[in-house]
Amino acid sequence: MIEVLRHDIVIVGGGGAGLRAAIAAVEADPAVSIGLISKVYPMRSHTVSAEGGAAAVAREDDNFEMHGYDTVKGSDFLGDQDVIQYFVEEAPKELTLLEHWGCPWSRNEDGTVATRAFGGMSTKRTWYAADKVGFHMLHSLFQHSMRFDQIVRYDEQFVTKLLVDGGVVQGVASLDIRAGVVRVILGRSVILATGGAGKIFPFTTNGTIKTGDGMSLAYRAGVPLKDMEFVQYHPTGLPGTGILITEATRGEGGHLKNSKGERFLVEYDYGVGNKAELGPRDMISRAIVQEIEAGRGIQGTYGQYVNLDLTHLGADKINKRLPMVRELAKIYIGVDPVTDPIPIRPVVHYMMGGIDTDIEAATVLPGLYAAGECASASLNGANRLGSNSLTECLVFGASAGRNAVAFAKGSSGGNEAALIGQGEEEAARVEALRGRQKGGEKLSHIRQALNDSMESGCGVYREQASMNETVRTVAALKGRYADIGLQDSSKVFNTELIAAMELGAMLDVAEAMAVAAAGRNESRGAHTRKDATERDDVNWLHHSLVHFDPAGPRLGKKDVTLGKWEPVERKY
Amino acid sequence: MSEQQKKKFVITRFDPDRDEVPKTQEYEIPVQPDWKVLDALNFIKDEVDGSLSHRWSCRMAVCGSCGMMVDGEPKLTCKEALSNYGDTVEIAPLANFPIVRDLVVELDGFMDKFKSVKPWIIRAKERAVEEGPMRQSPEELEEFKQFSMCINCMLCYSACPVVANEPEFIGPAAIALGHRYSLDSRDEGAAERNEVFRGEGTVFSCSFANECSEVCPKHVDPAAAVNQAKFNAVIDWAQGLILPRGGK
Repeated sequence: MIEVLRHDIVIVGGGGAGLRAAIAAVEADPAVSIGLISKVYPMRSHTVSAEGGAAAVAREDDNFEMHGYDTVKGSDFLGDQDVIQYFVEEAPKELTLLEHWGCPWSRNEDGTVATRAFGGMSTKRTWYAADKVGFHMLHSLFQHSMRFDQIVRYDEQFVTKLLVDGGVVQGVASLDIRAGVVRVILGRSVILATGGAGKIFPFTTNGTIKTGDGMSLAYRAGVPLKDMEFVQYHPTGLPGTGILITEATRGEGGHLKNSKGERFLVEYDYGVGNKAELGPRDMISRAIVQEIEAGRGIQGTYGQYVNLDLTHLGADKINKRLPMVRELAKIYIGVDPVTDPIPIRPVVHYMMGGIDTDIEAATVLPGLYAAGECASASLNGANRLGSNSLTECLVFGASAGRNAVAFAKGSSGGNEAALIGQGEEEAARVEALRGRQKGGEKLSHIRQALNDSMESGCGVYREQASMNETVRTVAALKGRYADIGLQDSSKVFNTELIAAMELGAMLDVAEAMAVAAAGRNESRGAHTRKDATERDDVNWLHHSLVHFDPAGPRLGKKDVTLGKWEPVERKY
Repeated sequence: MSEQQKKKFVITRFDPDRDEVPKTQEYEIPVQPDWKVLDALNFIKDEVDGSLSHRWSCRMAVCGSCGMMVDGEPKLTCKEALSNYGDTVEIAPLANFPIVRDLVVELDGFMDKFKSVKPWIIRAKERAVEEGPMRQSPEELEEFKQFSMCINCMLCYSACPVVANEPEFIGPAAIALGHRYSLDSRDEGAAERNEVFRGEGTVFSCSFANECSEVCPKHVDPAAAVNQAKFNAVIDWAQGLILPRGGK
């Protein structure tokens, strides 16, 4: 018999959004029991790697209107304006709570929280803790969460399936990685907070755990994925490793320079106007690619790059505001930014798309909520502004937590025998995959082929033919995936088995992304086509949806919620 | 192109369902000049032996997952340049922890120790969100900031001679974390934590070897935290003898 555990709410993912959801659920109802499942110990979650900061109105010269419009414009008018309004109003409360919970925000001389400039933001509204903001936020949240006995953690457990009965999600099947057994964990509502999927690309800031697991779980349970074609390339990653060099480097005054030593965002017209280095990420990533294509890149071991010059900031400012950047540059590329420019190139960083959620973090599957990068609440539209995503984890994590409590209270739970039956089927499927000898396909080779195809079809610049090619390649890789052979048949901490299931999720996410990209015949935000260079509000001012179908993904669409801001040409 | 360099890796293997005790396995692989130690493990996992188990994620020295013994010393494998090691490199799970599998160690005890120091802001009266952020001067922030940099990589537990002999010792990182909150100007929980620190197996167990601070990849200096926490726990106790209970 499969072991069955019961909670009121099950949360999958222990990063910024999952932890915030858990705390919000306890705040909403101290009698609630929460199962918090994470495939890693929560402090290992990828929130930890965020560097530059979290946005929320804090200064006298700022207001919700300004943060709202910056976000709408940054989204290239594909953000839902009601969602954005809710977000900007909740943002200061959430960052204040983090302050109360011990987050070591950097301070002004008078003891107020300091803010810095960020790309596409019209004033200094990015709260920061030097350049280790994600690290400090995650640890503050995790440590604060330890106060609450209502939050029962299932660390290093991998959710393999959502259990649905009577059209309502009722729990999950979860593989305990250490024990090597699948259990049923029931909950009257479920929150997915599993993060993004950068690992479907070869060159990414993302850690190895970012494999789109939650997106795949929801997709296979019938929830569409929304706006998947919009993939954010961060302008400044280290060549080779893809390690993130924060946008705060530019917020603090750093310059991007080409091989001639020119500040190309100033010297040439890339649409960012006098914002220059403080332009939004999509535009700056395109500018870097164009500089390289114009022959003004610099040749390195890992291809062409441009320089990020911080030398004029001085050692003191770099040490105080950007200590992690200095450490990373020294360790991972052998450059001290106090004396030399840092080689950088655009790198896959963030998925604007994800599980289709509404303003309440709810999905179309009753009882299922999602928050953070795995979700697409349509806050970010076609391009996210830097420092909105850490705040997004908090705002929509909290909302998901509260709404999941309310849903659980009104739900009686499903047919337990049916749910346990599903769990047993799932356990058998996982057991059959473990160490199976069948097939000659090697996991790492399929992953590599997937990475290569995503880069060539869904890169910074796209064209119909290469996108179509990627759609075909991913479909073929799904066929090869059905034929993988595994070497590790052991039960305890079998990371090859986890990697195999992660690869399955990556293929689902990649498929949705490639299909959505090939289907959008315009250029908007991060989706930039060489063969359809203009934004087309007449035909394409809508979200894309991708629905799972065993016969192949189905494309659909969904209206954008406009409001007081009518779409205009996006120029800075 | 000259012939690609090769290195031999001697790696601890252990599967509790098959092995009574850990053994080692050797792998000889081609390596790149700019690799970290972790890159070699990932190459082995991907190309040679899919059954090798190790933890890693961020590969930028902040998630704290990939601590292991490299040639006998606790290291973050994503941070250590492979070129600093010889033709043969020994990789073993972190010392002073039970082994789960291969290079994976058990964290249960470590997590319990963490929680025991009450690593959260304690206040007599919780502040409402409407009251806005608390003020904290840059100097007040500086008081505890260093001790808030711990990434929980556990290298200090592997290096600590007290942990080796007395597994119940709550250890450098947990003490540094508790002390970090006690030093925070927003916190009022120092007395509660001092009581924890006066208990058995905490600050007074430390023998001042300073190994923890030497191996810390984030320069947290847990030894300094232990020393300060010890002092505060004594002062607090002595004051309790002189002043009426709760008098402050």
